Amino acid sequence: MNKAQTWEYSPAPESTDHIQLKDRYDLFINGEFVPGVEGRYFDTINPSNEEKIAEVAEAGKADIDKAVSSARKAYDKIWSKMLPKERGKYIFRIARLLQESAREFSVIESMDGGKPIRESRDIDVPLSSAHFFYYAGWADKLEYAFPGRTANPLGVAGQIIPWNFPLLMAAWKLAPALATGNTLVLKPAETTPLTAMKLAEIIQEADLPPGVVNIVNGAGETGKFLVNHGDIDKIAFTGSTEVGKYIMKSVAGSGKKYTLELGGKAANIIFEDAAIDQAVEGIVNAIFFNQGHVCCAGSRLYVQEGVAEEVISKLQKRMESLIVGDPLDKNTDIGAINSKMQLNKIKKYVKLGKDEGGTIYQSSCPLPEKGYWFAPTIFTDVSQSNRIVQEEIFGPVLAIQTFRTVDEVILKANNSPYGLSGGLWTDKGSKIFKVTQDIRAGVIWANTFNKFDPASPFGGYKESGVGSEGGIEGLSGYVNLV
Amino acid sequence: MFLDKLLYAKPIDQIGAQERVTRLFSRSIKKDSKVQALHLALSMIDLTTLEGKDSPGKVKQLCYKASHLHDSFPGLPNVAAICVYPTMVAIAKKALAGTGIKVASVATAFPSGMADMHAKLDEVKSVIDAGADEVDMVISRGKFLRGDYQYVSDEIAQVKDACGETHLKVILETGELVTLDNVRLASDIAMESGADFIKTSTGKVSPAATPPVVLTMLEAIRDFQTKTGKKIGMKPAGGIGQAKQAIQYLVMIKETLGHDWLSPDLFRFGASSLANDVLMQIVKQTTGQYQSKDYFSID
Repeated sequence: MNKAQTWEYSPAPESTDHIQLKDRYDLFINGEFVPGVEGRYFDTINPSNEEKIAEVAEAGKADIDKAVSSARKAYDKIWSKMLPKERGKYIFRIARLLQESAREFSVIESMDGGKPIRESRDIDVPLSSAHFFYYAGWADKLEYAFPGRTANPLGVAGQIIPWNFPLLMAAWKLAPALATGNTLVLKPAETTPLTAMKLAEIIQEADLPPGVVNIVNGAGETGKFLVNHGDIDKIAFTGSTEVGKYIMKSVAGSGKKYTLELGGKAANIIFEDAAIDQAVEGIVNAIFFNQGHVCCAGSRLYVQEGVAEEVISKLQKRMESLIVGDPLDKNTDIGAINSKMQLNKIKKYVKLGKDEGGTIYQSSCPLPEKGYWFAPTIFTDVSQSNRIVQEEIFGPVLAIQTFRTVDEVILKANNSPYGLSGGLWTDKGSKIFKVTQDIRAGVIWANTFNKFDPASPFGGYKESGVGSEGGIEGLSGYVNLV
Repeated sequence: MFLDKLLYAKPIDQIGAQERVTRLFSRSIKKDSKVQALHLALSMIDLTTLEGKDSPGKVKQLCYKASHLHDSFPGLPNVAAICVYPTMVAIAKKALAGTGIKVASVATAFPSGMADMHAKLDEVKSVIDAGADEVDMVISRGKFLRGDYQYVSDEIAQVKDACGETHLKVILETGELVTLDNVRLASDIAMESGADFIKTSTGKVSPAATPPVVLTMLEAIRDFQTKTGKKIGMKPAGGIGQAKQAIQYLVMIKETLGHDWLSPDLFRFGASSLANDVLMQIVKQTTGQYQSKDYFSID
């Protein structure tokens, strides 16, 4: 009879015809796009082909001063005095405009950051507009969020966001700050400034009063100017624990409030009574989502010994079917590593893992020649004492250990300076309650992983952060309660 | 005894299975890969007529269609088989002589399976005598749901015995087994007991082949191969009428079982209306235009 055939998917790239990108983006201050005072620009490149997409103005100290003072003016004169329901209307408008431009935002997000279009289209962009919708609804209902109290805005917020979910993190920061009556200066990450600049265009289109939202670009230096600015009432930061510690030191004694969403090294636990095939899918989703550039990634896997062999061999097979490549191809599962710097960091850790005696397995998928790429990777034969088990790699690299009892795995899961997230897989409901209560992490998923919703708070224990974003809790970081 | 082990089978998480299906079905199949998939799907069809009102005339017409799918469009494959009731086997066999298309017959008191074992085995022998190349049996769902797995295993083994070299497809009727845990267990029992193929449904019970059920069965087949080295075939049946669905299932096979299963030897679609939709899409992919439905013969 007929012989079996090989059948490969033809390229299915998302079209880029419909997007509008300028060659150069200025700073968004006081409702207008203005060049930086020092006139410096830096390139933002496409990590999947190393080609320049656009150049972006770099904000210096004078620009930060301008941005903060325009935010202050907008706060004093307009935003803090506006009726809450009117504020809500503006935020609803941003949410709708974002939804209307969803396709364009998805493509630009994938070009600038390297993430697969499947994720930017199905997760980043829709979740971003959902966030604006959610907090728009709270704007005139704060008295129900904080019964018996009055929630006053803080003033001007400085917000610094990372490169792993550029638009989504902007939404997480902007939406609650605006809903509670604050004005703000947002600094996107230097490798992924473009969707924030497109968001600035939407904010203009939404007719938001000038100065309520200011967006400035630049790297660590620019961030420092913002953190240390004397007229900022609050710093909201998402990024590395290292920078988070710097911010805590800087704002100590200044009266500035802060929320920090930092690193993680989440334990993902597979018990032997779990639904194995779905758990394997969950492992893939936990560590390879967004190339592993996820602070809540399930990067420490614990598998109960009775099923370890089965789980690992199924995981290895599953890794072979992951498609790594062009972020704009609709069939791509894993896109490009965000930057050369990050790629080097991942390589350093993988070398370390090998040097420390870990057994490495990598998917044999072909990788494109140009651009920054890293194959899905797992390590077995490692222990709590290995650095790749202890430190955040922020890449598609999973460290796998086995365990024997529930108590043992809870101890090991908590044996980390981080406490942002976690996951467990079991068919037994009572075990879910036991384990989730005993693990110190901000969010723990049972029989799923990496699920997000604007109504659900997100934040970490220990070195994973201070305060929560999302949900009612996300409002409290932006208000003074009296 | 293998049954003891099977009873401790791993659970299947319904929500997780559905998520995996959604992910697989979102693959974008375009251009060459689409054309190839459509041809492949066509070659995997078990063109089916299983109605009380079936007559020799109807069956002969269907058989002609099986080897002349769309003669105005050259280069098309034939379907894999014709699937009929026992009384139609001889007629189909004669009508298909020389085409290479197989004749599959349902048996064992299809669709309910409510007959004693002797009657079932007699029926199997009679369809093989009449020339059936493949036998599609049903399991006793009542026994299964009561926990009498031994009975189900024995009946499959006996039918396989009666089949000899004839290909045996075991219909689980997953719509009556309800849970994915049951689907997995029934799949394992069928494979361990001698099935060459496992098949979702009779087409007489709703729901028929649902995507999570097919995924669960494919995963069972994959695990069985890992354990024993044997390759068991798969046949979803009922409710697959569109080319798009067929392509989605091909994606599911490719990413769950690999290329070996992308062949009528190991995968079939049980369908009556699928062929015409696939044909319509093949013509569209080649000419760039949809032909009216009236250009595709109904048999």
